[in-house]
Amino acid sequence: MSGLAIENISMRFDLPGGASVQALKDVSLTLAPGELLSVLGPSGCGKTTLLNIVAGFLAPTEGRIVLNGHEVKGPDAERGMVFQQGALFEWMNVRENVGFGPSMKGMPAAEKRQIVDHLLEVVGLKDFKEKAVYELSGGMQQRVALARCLANDPDVILMDEPLGALDALTREKMQSLVLKLWKETGKTIILITHSVEEALLLGERLLVMAPRPGRIHKEYRLPFAELGVGKDLRQVKKHPDFARTREEILGMIWDMEEEIMGQPGAGE
Amino acid sequence: MIISDLGQELAQLGLGLLRALPFMIGYVLLILLFALVWRLVKRALTPRRDFTSLKTVTFGDESAVVSNTVASVISVVVVFLLWGAFTGSALLPRFLHAPGPFIGQGSFTYTVEAADGRRDDARVDVTVYDKDGVVDPAAVAPGEGIAKDDSIALQAYRSKLLLWDANDEVTRKDGARIVAIDGKPVGPGGEVETAIGRVAVTDKGTLNVVPAQGMQMEEIWLPAPEAVWHRLITIWRDGYQNVTLAEHLSYSLFRVVVGFLLGAIVGIPLGYAMGLSDWFRGWFDPIVEFMRPVPPLALIPLVIIWAGIGEQGKIILLFLAALWIMAIAARSGVSGVKISKVHAAYSLGASKVQILRHVIIPNSLPEIFTGARVAMGVCWGTVVAAELVAAEKGIGKMIVAAAKFQSTDIVIMGIILIGVIGFGIDLLMRWAERILVPWKGKG
Repeated sequence: MSGLAIENISMRFDLPGGASVQALKDVSLTLAPGELLSVLGPSGCGKTTLLNIVAGFLAPTEGRIVLNGHEVKGPDAERGMVFQQGALFEWMNVRENVGFGPSMKGMPAAEKRQIVDHLLEVVGLKDFKEKAVYELSGGMQQRVALARCLANDPDVILMDEPLGALDALTREKMQSLVLKLWKETGKTIILITHSVEEALLLGERLLVMAPRPGRIHKEYRLPFAELGVGKDLRQVKKHPDFARTREEILGMIWDMEEEIMGQPGAGE
Repeated sequence: MIISDLGQELAQLGLGLLRALPFMIGYVLLILLFALVWRLVKRALTPRRDFTSLKTVTFGDESAVVSNTVASVISVVVVFLLWGAFTGSALLPRFLHAPGPFIGQGSFTYTVEAADGRRDDARVDVTVYDKDGVVDPAAVAPGEGIAKDDSIALQAYRSKLLLWDANDEVTRKDGARIVAIDGKPVGPGGEVETAIGRVAVTDKGTLNVVPAQGMQMEEIWLPAPEAVWHRLITIWRDGYQNVTLAEHLSYSLFRVVVGFLLGAIVGIPLGYAMGLSDWFRGWFDPIVEFMRPVPPLALIPLVIIWAGIGEQGKIILLFLAALWIMAIAARSGVSGVKISKVHAAYSLGASKVQILRHVIIPNSLPEIFTGARVAMGVCWGTVVAAELVAAEKGIGKMIVAAAKFQSTDIVIMGIILIGVIGFGIDLLMRWAERILVPWKGKG
């Protein structure tokens, strides 16, 4: 069985002082190879926890993750990760950062060079190979992070708000890049975001999660990711369904936030 | 008891500060004067047009306050000027010197009153010579009357008792006593300012001649800059107490380098272990946290008891001085690694060893370099102090030996060398840091 299965994941942990937190409750989901899933939700809905469980950084208290027929026990090169920022190795230049995964596997230098050169070409950084990563802009750094993840040829790519720290213009360019890479590489991608628009643009499937306990609130299947490949994303945003879905989801999240704020002792 | 003792100490300190206050105010005025002068000079020059000079708000803008090179240069020059002026340096023209001690010839008169009420004046010729030219008292004719004229010769900065009645017709045994100096009435315990300085009448009735000392420092307190420089040259050529200066310095540096390296070799892995394992963290935290605030100098007596005053003891001491600093630097370097970097490395397929080698170690290097800079500074300070206490050779040993013979010039030369070398070590470490960890602060 290929694909990624998230089976009845629950996550509950104790706080100092005896109380316990139910971060996730009975989350189940299957992703076919090549699917692009975006996850939305108010803060505290457990979306980052879910991603960390899939990545293997956290063990769920119940349930399991199954990838291509075997259970996930810890982090592995088959599941690549792209972080918001600051996960590049600043003691390595761009080329060394992208070649990190192949180097760790002990790949021959010539083969590695070929992969790195190709990926840097794809993300548009072929003239920046020898630059230190801290000399690059935020958008360029995230391009390096994407290339570094792809260099390892993972089955699943997990993205934790990869574009969250970028300015609006750069963000739009990077969204197009993510769609392009998705289409060209055919990877399974899970993308966590705070931006409803980004979730709509990049999510072939879209998951809205609800907090306390973290759970799946609603799932959408959307046409916008397919529409947006190789196109101007601003055209996609003019699609009548786009605005309607956006308003619907915004309302949904707004209600959840209201509910949290209304609860005694919650919020701040 | 303790409180009142400490209170007295405090009062003394306050008194001392009060006495120094005019000089401090004078120094501040000097700084302001130069600032004013520089402002006027700058107005005459073509104004700069860089970004900072266009800022209107500079008071409180930290980025607008950069060290003024002109001020630094003037400051250093002023230090040497003051040093030269108050030591009568030959490098400075005479008019820049602070008033020196009275040197030359002068005189004062004293008035004797015999037991029967007769009075007579006598003159005392005073010759004050500097330390290079001893002069015998001038010959004087005794003169008329019951009090005969005297003469006295003494070295600058010294005082001398004058037994005025040695040649007089009436003596203290007969009940004669001095009632005035230069016509000003004075009794036992009193004193009078004369042209050559102070003249006091002691409790026993003799005269104490204290020539004016001026405002210059005697060589034994503070030698002139050129004296220190000449001393540096002779010591460099001939050594001090049969040990060359190079030998003194290389012994000190050898101890610092070996002690520091041993401290780093043990401390860095220890810090890594503490940063990577909760068991090691728990085990060593109490030890490190206890040893860190103990100043290495406090360990000197124990180290001497255990290891003697040889090289071993010094190296153990410096090892201990560097060890905790390096361990703490390595520990915080490891703890400072961003978890996303470690996660990223794991999901790129790195093993634990690879993560240590390619992520944790490079990530901790900037912290380790900062620690190394601190440790080298502490080691340099500690080695000098340890040598002051007990050593055969070393720059600290040199100055403490020189101090015993009151060779202030060697002491000052040693202090300047210690400062220059300490500064040099720091520059070297900063340079190495720039070359080896260019990513510092860029994460």
